[in-house]
Amino acid sequence: MAYSERVVDHYENPRNIGSLDKNAQDVGTGLVGAPACGDVMKLQIKVNEHGIIEDAKFKTFGCGSAIASSSLITEWVKGKSLDEAATIKNTQIAQHLALPPVKIHCSVLAEDAIKAAVADYRAKQGHKAG
Amino acid sequence: MVENTKKPNIKTPVYLDYQATTPVDPRVLDEMLPYFTEKFGNPHSRSHSFGWEAEEAVETARAQVAHVIGADEKEIVFTSGATESNNLALKGVAQFYKDRKDHVVTVVTEHKCVLDTCRHLEQEGFRVTYLPVAKNGLIDLDQLRDAITDRTAIVSVMGVNNEIGVIQPLKEIGAICRQRGTFFHTDCAQAVGKIPLDVEEMNIDLMSISGHKLYGPKGIGALYVRRKPRVRLRAMIDGGGQERGMRSGTLPTPLCVGLGSACAIAEKYMGTDNERIRRLSDRFYDGITATLPEVFLNGDRAQRYPGNLNLSFAYVEGESLLMGIKDLAVSSGSACTSASLEPSYVLRALGVDEELAHTSIRIGFGRFTTEAEIDYAVELIAGQVKKLRAMSPLWEMVQEGIDLKSINWAEH
Repeated sequence: MAYSERVVDHYENPRNIGSLDKNAQDVGTGLVGAPACGDVMKLQIKVNEHGIIEDAKFKTFGCGSAIASSSLITEWVKGKSLDEAATIKNTQIAQHLALPPVKIHCSVLAEDAIKAAVADYRAKQGHKAG
Repeated sequence: MVENTKKPNIKTPVYLDYQATTPVDPRVLDEMLPYFTEKFGNPHSRSHSFGWEAEEAVETARAQVAHVIGADEKEIVFTSGATESNNLALKGVAQFYKDRKDHVVTVVTEHKCVLDTCRHLEQEGFRVTYLPVAKNGLIDLDQLRDAITDRTAIVSVMGVNNEIGVIQPLKEIGAICRQRGTFFHTDCAQAVGKIPLDVEEMNIDLMSISGHKLYGPKGIGALYVRRKPRVRLRAMIDGGGQERGMRSGTLPTPLCVGLGSACAIAEKYMGTDNERIRRLSDRFYDGITATLPEVFLNGDRAQRYPGNLNLSFAYVEGESLLMGIKDLAVSSGSACTSASLEPSYVLRALGVDEELAHTSIRIGFGRFTTEAEIDYAVELIAGQVKKLRAMSPLWEMVQEGIDLKSINWAEH
């Protein structure tokens, strides 16, 4: 299968690989996918007091397109508010990376991952408030 | 890409996919070439020397093919390859004997062309039993005995598995089939010229042979069809009645010569070739397992052709691994590189966990593989696996002591 240049670039030079402290109050973690399906994404965001995502990290088990999708979304969410981050659509990722139809699910997973991370962060804040 | 991997003085990409196909041995090509040009006759022409010359070459090749499997040359039918041979053996026998017998026994890990042919026979009203395999990839002989009935026309079990390299117990299977009065067909596309085969000793009634898996040309294969006791089959290709009526069509003389020559060379050098390939295989396996934990060999360790290693690199997805080792031509053990996202049916039949099945690649060594290539492959794969594990959330969780099976994954 031929990969687009952007997929290859993200695969060979992934941005923002790593982990944040998942127990920290200002970190939201999204873990989506399943090993049996061949892809699992962990996406973490660190949110400042103004509600802006100031750092994002990922780790991904999956094909090159899955790695590229998660690498790309960490770049995109940095500097965004939570609401803005949650509006990123898989179609934008798929288009940017020129994913073929069989790899669209990788972009869906990345969208799910950021949504899950935002939801996790909000749940933590809700706990603190309540 | 892995940094700092020194590329020794070898040509890349390194070919490590000998189960997919092999290059034509230059000695084989030399034998073939005259039959394209000056010795171009139709081997079925009876009225002039061009025909006689071609016929003699074809018959010499037929004898060479027969010899490597302990058969008589009259028992060899040339075909276009192992796919056609498998079709002819199964459909031909099933249809010829269908008035008395309507049952076929095969194995879930057979090549697609056997399984697909069996599906076709099921649509025609035949009953097919698909034997399971144990975790090591081998069939259970008691289950085979139980599966055979008085209505069983043919049992088809491959010699060497194309995906995982395990060798089925052909001699034992042959003895059971002979005792129960059913024909034994074996797809030996991956086995001929690589492991010792003897149709008499193993009671094999039909055997499929491929040219391009043993350093011969593509587009040629053969089917061994036993004469005593006689196996009869219905031809699939009708025409001039060549190949004793079992396969009409003008024989491609250069390709027949190539297959014969490939068989003769394989037979002559089987001992030394195998010793070399075993050494390379061990060097690769030892090199990988010394560097990386949690690498699993799929299929029986001992009962295998050493030129095929199917390895699962836990917590690293196979396709992403292939992408990082572009300098190696290997095959994904999972079918993820094709459009389907299902892991390999062979690995699933072994009971390999789905998550491990997604982490598999097949590495094939052959006659032209060198030690330097092995060392390069080990270094490249080990480096890339380490890199991908460092970015794998599963690897991280396992390092933290989390049992992956305890997590409620959302299957998608």
